[in-house]
Amino acid sequence: MPMDGLRSSIWAAALIRTGAIAAFALQFFNRAWRRPREWPEMLRQMDEAGAKSVILVVITGLSIGAVLSMQSRGTLSRFGAESVLPAMLALSIVKEIGPVLTSLVLAGRLGAGMAAELGSMRVTEQIDAMEVAALKPFHYLVVTRVAACIVMFPVLTILCDAVALTGGYIESALATGIDYRLFTDSVISSLRISDIVVSTGKTTVFGFIVGIVSCHLGYTVRGGTSEVGKAAMRAVVLSSLLILVANVLVVRITFLVPGLG
Amino acid sequence: MIIRLEDVHKSFGDKDILNGITLDIAKGQSVAIMGGSGTGKSVLLKHVVRLIKPDRGRVWVGGRCLEGIGESEMDAIRLRIGYLFQGGALFDSMTVEENLDFILRRHTVLDPAARAARIGQALSWVRLHDKGRQFPSELSGGQRKRVALARATVLGPEILLCDEPTTGLDPVSVRTVSDLIVYLRNEKGTTVVSITHDLLCAEIISDEVHFLHGGRVVASGDFATVRDSSDSILQEFFLA
Repeated sequence: MPMDGLRSSIWAAALIRTGAIAAFALQFFNRAWRRPREWPEMLRQMDEAGAKSVILVVITGLSIGAVLSMQSRGTLSRFGAESVLPAMLALSIVKEIGPVLTSLVLAGRLGAGMAAELGSMRVTEQIDAMEVAALKPFHYLVVTRVAACIVMFPVLTILCDAVALTGGYIESALATGIDYRLFTDSVISSLRISDIVVSTGKTTVFGFIVGIVSCHLGYTVRGGTSEVGKAAMRAVVLSSLLILVANVLVVRITFLVPGLG
Repeated sequence: MIIRLEDVHKSFGDKDILNGITLDIAKGQSVAIMGGSGTGKSVLLKHVVRLIKPDRGRVWVGGRCLEGIGESEMDAIRLRIGYLFQGGALFDSMTVEENLDFILRRHTVLDPAARAARIGQALSWVRLHDKGRQFPSELSGGQRKRVALARATVLGPEILLCDEPTTGLDPVSVRTVSDLIVYLRNEKGTTVVSITHDLLCAEIISDEVHFLHGGRVVASGDFATVRDSSDSILQEFFLA
């Protein structure tokens, strides 16, 4: 049957891609600890991933905080529960919306950028030039980018959470005149340290996913410039999907650990 | 022999690219590999630095067979080789100086002043001493090729591999790049292997020409002998 053949070829392609990404990830772990250490390039990539994403993350945070506050107030007031709005904002932003939305936004910005940059270096033989000059391109190009993502995703998530709560407070203050201390007390009392650590910590996994997937798709581009564009698009789609899947798994695992769920 | 290819076969999918190439290149020799498009010239060159591994056959560099050798040993061999890529392959996020400094920083113990002096010397050699602060995108095709040549030779390699060193250049730039390659062979004793379609370049730089067709070497000799051959394949190429 032609449809069966098509399905099996899609599954085969997916399996091959999964295996290739897994092998690339293993190569990362194998080489990340070896010399040469590319500290200057690592700092440059952290600046690229972190500092240059700040405005995007701040706007995202302010927007979701303010909108969530607006949307939730109407529903809560119907049940006479408007006073729990700060706690609800804190839990939803810190535990779920902040980490996932920050990671998805960064997957769009960084994933496409890394895949396109490495892909264009591959098709213009710059990676081959590094290889033949014994410059260890995997260290210089891949290890630094993936490590920068692992470090910067949690940092930017904390920033996004803080800005989103600020956005939520500003909206609440303008709408209801809620006192700043009352809002912050309610936020702090509703959160446990473990909530913050687990939800922020899981973004290291998301950063790893975005880094590995995007670098793999860029580093292994074959063909011409049209393939570079496709790699950038695939990097965003695949990273975003894997973030959502990994989020379900991480949350499920935390529920299995006493005290974290 | 500083480079030896022994019955090298390479296929991509069902397409045979190299079909049992055997080639010996002596130290200090300048060899041109010629042939039509798609005859496997670039693939052949990439075997010498193990960017591509043969399906069958062996490659020897400096008396060492590349088959099965480890990464660190391969890196040591690669440091004896400079590779000039067809498009230059300059690192476009770095300036011209940084392109050269990247290699010197990694592979030498020179201090910054000594590295800067070496870079200045290399850029002066290719007559681009005033372009050090520019990015590759700000240079012309000929200038990029010369920077790439400076980068390929900044460590003073024993072997220089050139993939189409003059393709796409104007006749003056062809002459300049060809003269620089001749200088390396004559003054530094560098072994040069060049892939070229350019008859002028091949005539200037080569002691010996190997002509590839159908994944095999079909003719070898000095430039005039190969050019004047009565073989129809060679005639078609040289008279085109």
